Amino acid sequence: MSGWLIILAIGIPTFAVPCIWFLGKSPNQREAMTLISAASLLVVVLAILPLVLTGVPVRLALVEPVAGLAIAFAVEPLGMIFACVASFLWIVNSVFSIGYMRGNDEPRQTRFYVCFAIAIAATMGLAFAENLFTLFVCYEALTLSTYPLVTHHKNDEAKAAGRTYLGILLGSSIVLLLPAIIATFVLTGSITFTPGGVMAGKVGPVVGGILLFLFLYGIGKAALMPMHRWLPAAMVAPTPVSALLHAVAVVKAGVFTVVKVSVYIFGLDYLRELALADVALYLAGFTIIMASIVALRQDNLKRRLAYSTISQLSYVVLAALILSPISTMGAALHVAVHAFGKITLFMAAGAIYTAAHKINISQLDGIGRRMPWTMGAFAIGAISMIGLPPAAGFISKWYMLLGALEVEQWFAVVIIIGSTLLNAAYFLPIIYAAFLKPEADDGHGHGHGHGEAPLPIVLALVTTASATILLFLFPGPALQLAGMLVGR
Amino acid sequence: MLQEILDHYNYWIAIMLMMVGFYTVVARGNLVKKIVGLNIFQTSVFLLYISMGKVTGGTAPILDERFTVYSNPIPHVLILTAIVVGVATTALGLALVVRIKESYGTIEEDELDLMDGET
Amino acid sequence: MNTLLAHLPALQVVVPMVAAPLCLLAGRAGLAWIIAFLAAAFATVAAALLAYQTLHHGPISYAMGGWAPPWGIEYAVDTANAFILLLVAAIACVVLVFCRTSIPKEIRAGREHLFYCMYTLCLTGLLGIAITGDAFNVFVFLEISSLSSYALIAMGGRRKSLTAAFQYLIMGTIGATFFLIGVGLLYMMTGTLNMADLSARIPELQDSRPVLAAFAFITVGLALKAALFPLHLWLPNAYAYAPSGVSAFMAATATKVSLYVLLRFTFTIFGSEFAFGNLPLLWVLLVPAVLAMFAGSFSAIFQTDIKRMLAYSSVAQIGYITLAIALANPAGVQAAMIHIFNHGLMKAALFCAMGCIFYRIGSTRIDQMAGLGRQMPWTFAAIVTGGLSLLGVPLTAGYISKWYLVQAALQTDLWWLVILIALSSMLALVYVWRLVEALYFQEPVPGREAVREAPLSMLLPTLLLAGANIYFGLDTRLPVAMTENAALLLFQGPGG
Repeated sequence: MSGWLIILAIGIPTFAVPCIWFLGKSPNQREAMTLISAASLLVVVLAILPLVLTGVPVRLALVEPVAGLAIAFAVEPLGMIFACVASFLWIVNSVFSIGYMRGNDEPRQTRFYVCFAIAIAATMGLAFAENLFTLFVCYEALTLSTYPLVTHHKNDEAKAAGRTYLGILLGSSIVLLLPAIIATFVLTGSITFTPGGVMAGKVGPVVGGILLFLFLYGIGKAALMPMHRWLPAAMVAPTPVSALLHAVAVVKAGVFTVVKVSVYIFGLDYLRELALADVALYLAGFTIIMASIVALRQDNLKRRLAYSTISQLSYVVLAALILSPISTMGAALHVAVHAFGKITLFMAAGAIYTAAHKINISQLDGIGRRMPWTMGAFAIGAISMIGLPPAAGFISKWYMLLGALEVEQWFAVVIIIGSTLLNAAYFLPIIYAAFLKPEADDGHGHGHGHGEAPLPIVLALVTTASATILLFLFPGPALQLAGMLVGR
Repeated sequence: MLQEILDHYNYWIAIMLMMVGFYTVVARGNLVKKIVGLNIFQTSVFLLYISMGKVTGGTAPILDERFTVYSNPIPHVLILTAIVVGVATTALGLALVVRIKESYGTIEEDELDLMDGET
Repeated sequence: MNTLLAHLPALQVVVPMVAAPLCLLAGRAGLAWIIAFLAAAFATVAAALLAYQTLHHGPISYAMGGWAPPWGIEYAVDTANAFILLLVAAIACVVLVFCRTSIPKEIRAGREHLFYCMYTLCLTGLLGIAITGDAFNVFVFLEISSLSSYALIAMGGRRKSLTAAFQYLIMGTIGATFFLIGVGLLYMMTGTLNMADLSARIPELQDSRPVLAAFAFITVGLALKAALFPLHLWLPNAYAYAPSGVSAFMAATATKVSLYVLLRFTFTIFGSEFAFGNLPLLWVLLVPAVLAMFAGSFSAIFQTDIKRMLAYSSVAQIGYITLAIALANPAGVQAAMIHIFNHGLMKAALFCAMGCIFYRIGSTRIDQMAGLGRQMPWTFAAIVTGGLSLLGVPLTAGYISKWYLVQAALQTDLWWLVILIALSSMLALVYVWRLVEALYFQEPVPGREAVREAPLSMLLPTLLLAGANIYFGLDTRLPVAMTENAALLLFQGPGG
């Protein structure tokens, strides 16, 4: 009945693509188009929200090329969280992009906005996909549409990064994910996302375990080690692209898919019977710790953030694999929380680059006094990443821990607490240096005399930082959606 | 054993010709010789068909009260078609050889490969 | 009207056959093109009517010249060959539109009418192979199509076209002669050439050595014509140096028709029990098929000429089709038929797109194409669509093929084939990506002038074919209904 809302949600960014393209000659109109589309998309998504909260089904079936394989969409709580986050961050990131792209005189801006809009359209489709087939199509569309963004600078470094990016993401999805989907279809006769999963009683524990691994590694966007290489490689792209990859769409699409598959395809009860699920849990834990340790040693700010993302993504995977409903809620919340936190951090990194042209952490001494808003927002984002109040990261970690304690999954408890310390170890020194250390003279006279970053950038930063705080203070709707996901 | 081989002498001839032709196609580098080999190869198959249709003691298949045993005309008719095809193939092949000679100046396969490798 | 319909199977072949000498007599390019196009359009309509009839009223048997089968030549149309007829005729028709503009630029001036004569003759041969129910008649049509295609390739204008055509002539003739030997041996043992009769009589002769030899000769001969690895050596040069219209037409239809004959002989005439039960055909086909999938794709990656690259990709795709045949279950046969159809669509689209590029820059080398994507956006769009379809990306026709292929493989106990299929698709990704990267992400070659989009008369057929790749990825009713029925028919044999 409300299928037209889904058409709008996917249609608005799709429609924006040719419009942005044709307005390429006049940047102001082009950017206005992006902002208008983003704003109307948010309105549409927010219009779907009350329907989902009250349990009204929102469905849309388009075509069915082969029996059982349909392009169909249905909104459920997890997808709703993802769609809200992505559509909201599209606006914020667009504002930020305008500041960043103009501030740095980036070339090929029209292509940037066009690909961005395609990526958003794919993300909407992915969030609302009703079955694995539709999800897979959107997943691949997302990979392809972000490739031109990763290779934005078109130099050799960007091309090499682009190859890694495309090779790992497309490769893992075709070699591992697609066979897993086909095997699921053959074994169970269904790839529709069904509450409680479709595997129980149809797939044996060994095959189920193999499928679990195919899914976990096939979803390369979730960056479970050793599938994480693309993420640091993609750091060559401009910062708005990094923000898109890390917060708005790409990695979120990965962990979203992991949670969705474990809840709606495997089913938590079925996963509990799989001996191999524990092994997967250990691997996720290993990724969390390893990525954090690697992050500690990075001096390049963006690379440290990238490894932090890898670690944070595995929180979601870990939380999904703890297999208690409460920790699954934590996983769903963390998708949103990490998005707000990480986009803040990336935009701060972009702001520092735009204003001061600094990319390394060791150059940041005392910068907090020159850029108080930026570094203030950075501090909030960092606190959220560590999981301290009053930032939203506290809530998701709290739920994860509660869930782990409930099912007495001590390994997960140790990992979560241990990695929190590591997170603190790699974020707090930055904040300390920025605010408390004296400004160092780098010998070249660079970086002096700069002030705060351009207004759009600061505006975007402050918005997401406040969102992180607000989500902590008013977690109601998000908790309600996460609760619906696990049937509470 | 020997008798059995001799009884089927027509097949042996066909097989030998076939091998001779096939070998010539594969082993000779001169394009005209390749065509000749191809012809021998095809002719062996014609012989196979023709001898297949022959019935010992049979006459040409013309309806007449005096004869009761006829040779099978169908393979012969079939092979007429195949001969026409063979002639067409040879003609086309030779035409191509002429054109190759015009544009390359040689019809030796190894020299052609060399020239194609250079361009 | 009814008489016309009754004689449709004969007209299907006769109309293009008559059109061929008419093109020759026409003498002028424009007139010859009109004649050829009318013939191809008629063939398409006739094939569509036949397909409709077979799908809704069952197989048609037509006695050529009024001589009743099994003595006369029978044209036996069922869903299997009606499907092939439709593919061949439709592709011929669309590509012919493309040729109108592309051909004058690619062959020697003043010879266009000869080109159209050969083209319609080739079409006649391919249609004849598909429609006939007589084993020897297959040979005759095979040679008609082959001889005309040698001539078509030789028209390519570059001198390598001549050696490519000669190489194909030698290999093709050997293949056809092998087939002829096989048919002769079969006739010797069964006394019939009618396919239905053959399939009825062969089971009694299961263990006779000539029948085994006949099977071997026919399989090898057809594998040569179908360019199954390692008998594919003629194909890359032939496709690379032929005029682009010919490459598009032949890549989409010629090898496919041979594969159809292989299906017909293996499953209907010899029967799957004979071929796969008594003989190890599974491994005989499976091993080359898998090798083709990998060797073809590997070679494709290293080509600098994109037409050659597409030709090697054809070798790999023929591997997929053969793999599906080797599975020897109805699902496999259906998958093979679907991929025959879909691969025809994607390769026709890609070769046509290459023709558009050749028309503008006079080369199909990848280094010359750098940056063309922005100058020829529509052609680029067609290439991307065709490439995605080649990879088997969902929502394209190629995905449907892969889907059915994987399903068929999973029905047997050869599930590990799925892994091989996935891995070889990865290789396809590499060469398709190379092309896209060159066209879109590289800076144009310095010194080459900016070019415009290809003329509309070439662009429209190209986009039509590319669009078909999307359409048949979404609406699969036609190919699925036809092939489902066809697979059953091929398995039961005409009498069953």
